[in-house]
Amino acid sequence: MTHYTSVTDEDRREMLAAIGVASVEDLFADIPATLRLGRPLALDPPRAEQEVFEELRALAARNVSTDDEVSFLGAGMYDHYVPALVDSIVSRSEFLTPYTPYQPEVSQGTLQAMFEYQTAISELTGLPISNASVYEGPSAVGAAGYVAKLSQPARRRFVVSRGLHPHAREVLRTLSHGWGMEVVEAPLRDGRTELPRLDDEVSAVILQQPNFLGAVEDVAPMAAAARAAGALTICACDPLPLALLKPPGETGVDIAVGEGQSLGNRLDFGGPSFGFFAVTEALIRRIPGRIAGEARDLEGRRGFVLTLQTREQHIRREKATSNICTAQALNALAAIVYLSWLGRRGIVELAELTLRRTAYARRRLAELKGVSLAHEQPVVREFALRLDAPVERVLARCREQGVNPGYPLAREYPELSNGLLVAITERRARADIDRLVDVLGAAVLAESAAKLGAAA
Amino acid sequence: MIGAADDELTIYERSRPGRRAFVAPALDVPEAPLDELLPTSLRRAEPPRLPEVSEPEIVRHYNRLSKRNFDLDTGFYPLGSCTMKHNPKLHERVAALSGHAHLHPLQDPRRAQGALELMWRLQQALAEIAGLPHVSLQPSAGSHGELAGVLLTRAFHEDHGEVRTKVLTPDTAHGTNPATVTMAGYEVVKVGTDADGNVDLDDLRAKADAEVACLMLTNPSTLGLFEPGIEQIAEIVHGVGATLYYDGANLNAIMGVCRPGDMGFDIVHFNLHKTFTQPHGGGGPGSGPIAVAERIAPYLPRPQVVGRDGAANGGSEAGYDLDYDRPKSIGRLRGMHGNYGVFVRAYAYIRSLGAAGLREVSEVAVLNANYLLARLRHEGVLEYLPSAYPRLCMHEFVLSGAPMKRELQIRTLDLAKRLLDHGVHPPTVYFPLIVEEALLIEPTETETRETLDRFAAAVAEILREARDDPSVARSAPYRTPVRRLDEAAASRRPVIRQPR
Repeated sequence: MTHYTSVTDEDRREMLAAIGVASVEDLFADIPATLRLGRPLALDPPRAEQEVFEELRALAARNVSTDDEVSFLGAGMYDHYVPALVDSIVSRSEFLTPYTPYQPEVSQGTLQAMFEYQTAISELTGLPISNASVYEGPSAVGAAGYVAKLSQPARRRFVVSRGLHPHAREVLRTLSHGWGMEVVEAPLRDGRTELPRLDDEVSAVILQQPNFLGAVEDVAPMAAAARAAGALTICACDPLPLALLKPPGETGVDIAVGEGQSLGNRLDFGGPSFGFFAVTEALIRRIPGRIAGEARDLEGRRGFVLTLQTREQHIRREKATSNICTAQALNALAAIVYLSWLGRRGIVELAELTLRRTAYARRRLAELKGVSLAHEQPVVREFALRLDAPVERVLARCREQGVNPGYPLAREYPELSNGLLVAITERRARADIDRLVDVLGAAVLAESAAKLGAAA
Repeated sequence: MIGAADDELTIYERSRPGRRAFVAPALDVPEAPLDELLPTSLRRAEPPRLPEVSEPEIVRHYNRLSKRNFDLDTGFYPLGSCTMKHNPKLHERVAALSGHAHLHPLQDPRRAQGALELMWRLQQALAEIAGLPHVSLQPSAGSHGELAGVLLTRAFHEDHGEVRTKVLTPDTAHGTNPATVTMAGYEVVKVGTDADGNVDLDDLRAKADAEVACLMLTNPSTLGLFEPGIEQIAEIVHGVGATLYYDGANLNAIMGVCRPGDMGFDIVHFNLHKTFTQPHGGGGPGSGPIAVAERIAPYLPRPQVVGRDGAANGGSEAGYDLDYDRPKSIGRLRGMHGNYGVFVRAYAYIRSLGAAGLREVSEVAVLNANYLLARLRHEGVLEYLPSAYPRLCMHEFVLSGAPMKRELQIRTLDLAKRLLDHGVHPPTVYFPLIVEEALLIEPTETETRETLDRFAAAVAEILREARDDPSVARSAPYRTPVRRLDEAAASRRPVIRQPR
């Protein structure tokens, strides 16, 4: 018997008798003998729960988490404080263990939470229609590209800002290949997107707000240019700064998507988190994924159901607007609980605190010898720097001091070969920022000296 | 919006201006004017309308809401093709350990060795279970794994200078299969099912030509039947140069018994949220890793988790890394490295059960399904709900409610709704599409025999009741938080957010 099964030898005998076969082996009679494995899987033997716990604990201990160092890593996922009530609610069996709510009469909890989540996303983005979640941020950009492709099949090109998260750009390329679509990159000029001239081949213009280098984009003129060319505007948004920034719905964006991790979800080495997906009224029947809607029961009482299901794969099959089935319902639940906890005032207070600490950190760091700003644009929670020293060596020195200064940009932005992306959250207080300034300053100085020494 | 009773209000309807739960950390940096930091032209005019509620209200609201859900920790959930098996509690504890839960995905790989080792070991284990040598953990769910598989197929053919335009899917396939095919830029061609519930080999032969890129197959099929002709199927598909794709939704039936790779499949996806116990969360998160044959490996998504021995690691100790240098890769399918929290749970599960345990899982899953079918027969249920294909099943089976509809005047939907009153989640209904009034039942290995007996008795009781008065089932359910809901009306005039 395994940890989680309950068939005793007596059960097995009686069950086989009821079925009318002699052995469990007989139940597998349809599997040709040539295909039988004929040996045990080459895996370790079963282990006790406490042994597995200790192994997983030992593996965890070999990772340096954001609790183990002062981390300024961001670049799409952020080390926010997740309040205790989120853990308490999302760990309830009633939310944790049901399937997708195909039987609405016994799924009102999940469905109503989806409805509330959709409302919050709609408020944040300023767009009327939100689905109940997609996988995560970058694949949400790919899914948005697919909506654009379905909307205007004759248009063959995406114009994508170089400020869009490199992972999102890569996902879009992966998918576009199968659609026979071309992806053209719009460069950054002093940190902001510079759109090329758009023609009637352009399906969508895809931006990010704030962009990957932290700069707040002026979206409205670019969305207007896209509209004039008959293209859609897709904007990947960081949801927390939307407390302060003009919502995408007010700047002419047709599809707002984004990575939802910073809304009440832990880092988890990159997942599970969720992607949000909001569109204009015009695109309601093309949006992918589950949507919860209001319904009446037999007695006229209010309830909630999965609605507009004729878009979906289980109904429309090859004509569906997407293949998505299981998405990220529990992570979206964490988001609505978190957003309720922050509340209308709290989200603004949090965003303003972050904005001010970010401004402080940026100013202090830019004053350091050997450190300069990669761009001068307004930033809200993250900013890019240039170092006058080899960034990997600087990072190594800082980490020895228990400080992780951020994300090196060289792999994805060779033009910023010693670039560094620094993210600030409410978990990084002024004392942490001051420590970063000291440690990074000393490391840059030491590495610059080493470089000079080597040159001499 | 429709009005609601006090205890059924939305979080928005509970909102009162000025209430709050969040207290911000103190401002510890200079309070520069907002306009200097962020020009007014870029700022929103008013705060987003989020709920204004106190912490006690939030907790009570969502706890009450949770009680309006049926869940697997509370009751039997024989939802066919979904593998609603027990979700071990250990997994939640280990996934929440700070070293896993608070690890930033862009941490330098040298400082995330525990996570990378876990991923590498999970890749090795999944490869062994699938009988295929290479694994990518990146896809986020089953359908995402399918998309990966079809894109890999395209890359494979293109690399060999071939252009193919069609993908074959059986008429029994999950809806995600054809939807994936379209999304990957191919045309769907349906393959029929023969009288025994197997892939119609003649139809397959007729449709398999040089235009075909791939056949997507679930085995055991969505009818709960193992394809006895799988070796011939592989021969036909490979004979025209196409790949054979394994939809892993039903892997729970065969672990340690036989392996997709040995059957001739080139690409397999796993549903870690089905076979490997990730809780479903009311619709995710899941995870859909893929395993592939040697000839498909060069095209796997990037980055790939690799183990490096000491020599390759600059002479230092052995380690694990993320390999981006994969020139033939299809590229990324998502951000970061995959749903790591799900990997932790799946890995813990495989470590707990080991080789013997996983084999027992599949044996008991198949035993339970056949036993439940026998119990339903014993209770007389099959007279009204006959087996769609009367033979031994694997881990699930399909009944047809057509005679029930004809003779008792209740539909499969009515039976499903009446089961809710018995405290049971109904099986999957109206799928697979080729069976009239279908009921797809998957009990899983973690249910006791007594639970299966009670389920069979409940179905029999509902049929008896319908014989006397079919209107009871037709108006069911009665004991649920809401009665039957009008989904058609909801779709005609969708209200999908709280009005302002």
